[in-house]
Amino acid sequence: MPGRSSFPGRSHRLGDEKVIDLSCDLGFLRLRNPVIAASGTFGYGLEMAPFLDLNCLGAYIVKGLYLQPRTGNPPPRLVETASGLINSIGLQGIGLEPFIETILPKLRKYSAPLIINVCGESDEEYGAIVERLEKEQGIAAYELNISCPNVKRNGLCPALSPEATYTVVKLAREKSRRPIITKLSPNVTDIVSIALAAQEAGSDAISLINTILAMAVDVETRSPLLANLFGGLSGPAIKPIALRMVFQVARVVKIPVIGCGGIMTGQDALEFLLVGARAVEVGTANLIDPQACPRIIKEIEQYCLNRGIKKIEDIVGSIILEGI
Amino acid sequence: MASIERQAKILQHKSWGNYHRLKILAPEIAEKATPGQFVMIRINETFFPLLRRPFCLHHCHGDEIEIFFKVVGQGTAQLAEKKEGDFLDIIGPLGRGFSLPEKPDKRPALLVAGGRGIAPFVFLAHELKRLGQSMIIFYGGKTREDLPLIEDLEKNGFNLRLSTEDGCLGFKGLITELLEKELPSLNPACLYVCGPEAMLVEVARISRTWRLKAEFSLEARMGCGFGVCYGCVWPIRQGEKIEWTRICLEGPVFPAEAIAWEMKR
Ligand SMILES: Cc1cc2nc3c(=O)[nH]c(=O)nc-3n(C[C@H](O)[C@H](O)[C@H](O)COP(=O)(O)OP(=O)(O)OC[C@H]3O[C@@H](n4cnc5c(N)ncnc54)[C@H](O)[C@@H]3O)c2cc1C
Ligand SMILES: Cc1cc2nc3c(=O)[nH]c(=O)nc-3n(C[C@H](O)[C@H](O)[C@H](O)COP(=O)(O)O)c2cc1C
Ligand code: FES
Repeated sequence: MPGRSSFPGRSHRLGDEKVIDLSCDLGFLRLRNPVIAASGTFGYGLEMAPFLDLNCLGAYIVKGLYLQPRTGNPPPRLVETASGLINSIGLQGIGLEPFIETILPKLRKYSAPLIINVCGESDEEYGAIVERLEKEQGIAAYELNISCPNVKRNGLCPALSPEATYTVVKLAREKSRRPIITKLSPNVTDIVSIALAAQEAGSDAISLINTILAMAVDVETRSPLLANLFGGLSGPAIKPIALRMVFQVARVVKIPVIGCGGIMTGQDALEFLLVGARAVEVGTANLIDPQACPRIIKEIEQYCLNRGIKKIEDIVGSIILEGI
Repeated sequence: MASIERQAKILQHKSWGNYHRLKILAPEIAEKATPGQFVMIRINETFFPLLRRPFCLHHCHGDEIEIFFKVVGQGTAQLAEKKEGDFLDIIGPLGRGFSLPEKPDKRPALLVAGGRGIAPFVFLAHELKRLGQSMIIFYGGKTREDLPLIEDLEKNGFNLRLSTEDGCLGFKGLITELLEKELPSLNPACLYVCGPEAMLVEVARISRTWRLKAEFSLEARMGCGFGVCYGCVWPIRQGEKIEWTRICLEGPVFPAEAIAWEMKR
């Protein structure tokens, strides 16, 4: 397909004869390994360069981008809860043109696939951002962040209904020759219907989950701990919910699914692959350990090595459900 | 550029009630650190707490760094349980520190600390001394127990002004009241300030009134400490505009006039 790039998979030679193929095929893109750095936890990529070789990643997704610069929410923006983090950053960001001018040229120096997290205050904004980025080199795919408050939808985000999801994905699809990943919100009753709507509208893949709507209260001051009242919960606390949703979606859609939510270790990542994810996104773990992604890649490799698994793709969807 | 020291060994742990000082072997961090910078410490390998915790570099010499902290919650409580010989996972040095005089000023620098706000000033005071810059350290707390470093500072020959709110030691009242009382006779070169937010607001007013150059060390809840989460913002003037600015990357030290206090809630 025009404009679609593919990256050579890389095999890892460990010990003398064991070679493990960690590469994973998203259909439109072959990743050298299944680990992708998640949006909003990896800055614009450059901030992480002092700590790790970006090229070791399967791919990386930059912070959500709107057309215009965004101020974000007032602080406090973070609160830690049991095994979790609630954030209400409010998608602060520099806006599309400054990104293209000042950051994108620097990111082109890295060979790891760059995925742009596309945001929108309106349905049309998604299309407009994609249309503008089509003129730029060095982008492997778009991830539509449809969990953004939408001004024309009473502040509700498109991810909450199949119809709105369909509309937004379709608008972006029409402007894009590059692959589109649609990122789903867990804050819905029927995740499968939303995933199907995204597929129907021409999305090339589904990623899930974004953060879970949450709040925290201080009993001393009797006030909410986030200035924005609500925020999004991420981290190990949300993994079981994410896993359930990835399982539900992966068995129904035909397009590849990328799992995300609370992945801290190689084992966590493998759980997502087992329930049907082709690749995973690692978020909060990057904040705690900027070298989390390379560590998780190594841990996946070690798991394969210990069990004589030659191809990571053999794991995908291999959960055993007999007797259930 | 920051380093990650995965196996930084605790060489010494000294405690004064709720206050603790850890001396830690961390050569890569020690080599690069300047006063006012901070480190992010992984408290343990579990998810409780999940995030690293930020601490100023309290001191730095040879291959060693020190942190000085007060127990205020779960993370600091667990850190207070660490023993000599234990290891910590530390990222640092992070952020931008205090600006240092190019050549010594005859007038003294004033270091104004509220409670655990003394943390960055031991490193800074030693550095100023090395540069030949005279200084006075204003060190205040609620009561005697909040000023555990007095003896150490005196032993090192630093010039102190002390205050306690209950009056059990030094000036009775707030450190900012003592500062304002003494300012007329001091004619300082500049102020370095670290402490609770109410104190910072008051010193900001004083430095404006007296037209003094002042630098503040700010705090916020930090998700990462290295600029990727945008969790740690303060309202900072950038030219005409006020922007939510990541203090882990552009701070934590800012000149007084850059901070847009009117935007703080
Ligand atoms: C750049 C920087 C340097 C710091 N240097 C020092 C230092 O040298 N010595 C020291 O004792 N402390 C320092 N702090 C504060 C220290 O990081 C917090 O006290 C610590 O993270 C609290 O962790 P906890 O798990 O014990 O408390 P938690 O259980 O997380 O919280 C306990 C209470 O402290 C408040 N709190 C938590 N984190 C912060 C924070 N970052 N700033 C303000 N209040 C907070 C919470 O709202 C809560 O009321 C620094 C903070 C920053 C941002
Ligand atoms: C501080 C922070 C900022 C985030 N910003 C974005 C964003 O800009 N766009 C997006 O699609 N998801 C964003 N997310 C969601 C993550 O990409 C991820 O979906 C979620 O955190 C769950 O994964 P985790 O548990 O591994 O963090 C953000 C998460 C955090 C913690
Ligand atoms: S703490 Fe994450 S950006 Fe400052």
